[in-house]
Amino acid sequence: MMHLPVLRWGKPYQSLDVDEVVHFATGEPIARVSRANGGIIQRDMRKAQRARDVLTEVPIDELIERVGRAGEVYLNGTVPMGDGTQTPDEFVRAQSASTGLPEHMCRANMKKNAFVLAEMRNVLTSLTRGLEFDVLTRGFGEERGVPISFQAQSPVLGLVLPSNSPGVHTLWLPIIPLQVGLVLKPGPQEPWTPYRMAGAFFEAGIPREAISVYPGEGDVGAAVLDSCGRSLIFGGTATVDRYRGDPRVQAHGPGFSKILLGDDQVDHWEKYLDIMLESVVGNSGRSCINCSGIWASRHTREIADAISRRLAGLRPLPPDDPEAGLAAFTVPGVADAVSQAIDADLQEPGVTDVTARHRDGGRVVKQGRADYLLPTVVHCESPEAAIAKKEYMFPFVTVVECPESRMIDAAGPTLVCSAITCQEDFRKRLIGAVNIDRLNLGSVPTTKLNWLQPHEGNIVEFLFRARAFQSAPLLA
Amino acid sequence: MRARMHAAGEALDAWVREVVAWHFDPASGCPFWIDYAKKLSWDPRREITGFGDLKRLGPFEDEWLRGGPVERWVPRGLAGKPVFVFETGGTTGIPKTRINCDDFRIDYELFSETLPDEYFPKGSNWLMLGPSGPRRLRLGVEHLAQRRGGICFFVDFDPRWVIKLIQKGWNEHLQAYKDHVIDQGVTILQANHDIRCLWATPKLLEALAMRLESMGTTIRQAGITGIFAGGTEFTPQWNRFAQEELLDGAYMTPTYGNTLMGLAASAPSGPHNNYKIAYYAPQPRAVIEVVDFDNPDCVVNYGETGRVQITTLTKEFFMPGYLERDEGEREPPCELYRWDGVSGVRPYRGFAATTTVGVY
Repeated sequence: MMHLPVLRWGKPYQSLDVDEVVHFATGEPIARVSRANGGIIQRDMRKAQRARDVLTEVPIDELIERVGRAGEVYLNGTVPMGDGTQTPDEFVRAQSASTGLPEHMCRANMKKNAFVLAEMRNVLTSLTRGLEFDVLTRGFGEERGVPISFQAQSPVLGLVLPSNSPGVHTLWLPIIPLQVGLVLKPGPQEPWTPYRMAGAFFEAGIPREAISVYPGEGDVGAAVLDSCGRSLIFGGTATVDRYRGDPRVQAHGPGFSKILLGDDQVDHWEKYLDIMLESVVGNSGRSCINCSGIWASRHTREIADAISRRLAGLRPLPPDDPEAGLAAFTVPGVADAVSQAIDADLQEPGVTDVTARHRDGGRVVKQGRADYLLPTVVHCESPEAAIAKKEYMFPFVTVVECPESRMIDAAGPTLVCSAITCQEDFRKRLIGAVNIDRLNLGSVPTTKLNWLQPHEGNIVEFLFRARAFQSAPLLA
Repeated sequence: MRARMHAAGEALDAWVREVVAWHFDPASGCPFWIDYAKKLSWDPRREITGFGDLKRLGPFEDEWLRGGPVERWVPRGLAGKPVFVFETGGTTGIPKTRINCDDFRIDYELFSETLPDEYFPKGSNWLMLGPSGPRRLRLGVEHLAQRRGGICFFVDFDPRWVIKLIQKGWNEHLQAYKDHVIDQGVTILQANHDIRCLWATPKLLEALAMRLESMGTTIRQAGITGIFAGGTEFTPQWNRFAQEELLDGAYMTPTYGNTLMGLAASAPSGPHNNYKIAYYAPQPRAVIEVVDFDNPDCVVNYGETGRVQITTLTKEFFMPGYLERDEGEREPPCELYRWDGVSGVRPYRGFAATTTVGVY
């Protein structure tokens, strides 16, 4: 069985604390993962500057080439990992086995990550708005005749990663070419991408001293956040609230992504049914970009009913089935807890589980050691219903009746908003709405991202601060 | 080895008879146990002939130690002696209390015999970085230092406040408090008091070592040669990390214990045993058993996991069959300790989700 060691600036460290990653369906151990302790990270971070130093020795243009090659290795190569190697197929099977995500979805996420690596030059050009890359290395330069300076705020970026969807890793792929080191704490069920990506980076010539991987428990996550000048953490609403206002930490929580149907288009809602479905069920509803709310001023019952009918046939299938559309819940008790939370919210007046009448049996399906939640569509007569502001890690959506005039304010924080409207006034208000992060106007599923655009803040601005800089010759 | 184990068992049984005779005698026992005996249909003094018979008294209930009057625990045979009261936990609700007259001194004197003079030189001074307040630890460590001819310096640390900071998510305050404790520790170490020995919890020891490293020095270079450490979450991995990366050659001996039991020393650990920490109670004054999760009357096999059950057997305090909030693996007797021990101590899985551990 493969053993994945802690990577301390690229050097393997075998811990005495080892966790087993098991197959969600069979319980069979599939890997042993060394567990770091918080003190290790605090000590290692004393050498964090070395990560940036070795990276700045390689020009950004060259790093872009190398991560491009790493993308090839990641997608198609046999990558050294821990005390063994892993082919792409082995990677997909392992990732599916520990996360419960169907294999074809793992492959799709793999392609997504590889695509970002292949497109790195365009991604960085977009995120830096065409800045000469050397300015980030040197710290200063000139643009349109004006001196400019960008100062790295930390030699490394810490990442406390989740296990829900491997697509999330796209967010940190531009970090190495920005000449900033990586300090990764993998999600407990998804050590695979951080290790495979690190292995692919090393194969492509990225200096080993630039990357650390620290699997572990809560103390490890806390140590990463404490020790790194800049960090990203993924978690629930409580995590986001906890780090709100902390300039060192960018917290990524639930997306509460939504589709808003304007009054001018809502009578033609059937035309947009496929977009709604794709937004809800893509990646088995696991991503923050999946739609968890469809808001309209009328026809909401018909919309909820139509989506429910279309989703009623979605049943658990074996993970290697190319038609599998539902991911398994691999942590015992989670599916039951989620289902109970939904049932509690359904007690509220004006809230109806529309899918219940289209399926036989309950929402939770138990298959061996794995639990599944069947798609759930809930109709809300009003945006005040508590469930209208909920998001869960499976195909779950509320269809909320709300006057268009109240829609933006009542929708609350929204990571991706796909607004289906041609009304200029509504569009103008949507563009100005600060509770909306990514805005799609027109027929765009919430799950369709343009990788050249920032996601929950521009990572370059998070890592580099624009500041004043002047230089002049010394007086004779 | 077998003969010495047998002798240890016999000594334990004899001590059990003496302690039971003392605590259930209306002339010498404490009101709690004398009242308890009245509710029994049998006489413990006659029918308890050895350690194995103690289970006839049933499980010792946590709640008995909460609230007063504390005098019900004072043995009549100790009337007139100055009494200390020590507390455990107490983050929420009423803390558990244990009375002491000389037990803490005796326990730490026994523990002193386990410390190698090479690393804990007689006559050298000590620093204690850890909880004082209502805990017996402060007095115990001070007595240990004095017993060994030294003087003990203290930096106080309030774990109840730290648990509140963690629960409230006040991370900045938590860090500031930790810094405040470490600032004081470093100040004392730099004040020419010739401190060679240290008591610290793993978390504080780690923070102290990191601070010293950031100042360009180390625990060892600051003068410390021996560390007596105790606290929750003392894992083999942390033990190894400390020995390999923090201590710069200073000797560290982990301990397990609390106000109720006393102090369990550890068998030597290092690369030879993968840094495994096995604790052995100061038998016969206290006994550690690793018992079945569902049947505390049944000890698990060696190497198997169970819940830690402690029994305290002194003239001051009698506490048979107390189920601790920890679990671990049962360890066989070893060269130094001819009775069972426990390794891999960690929070009991039944409470783990609701217990804040590792605060000190």
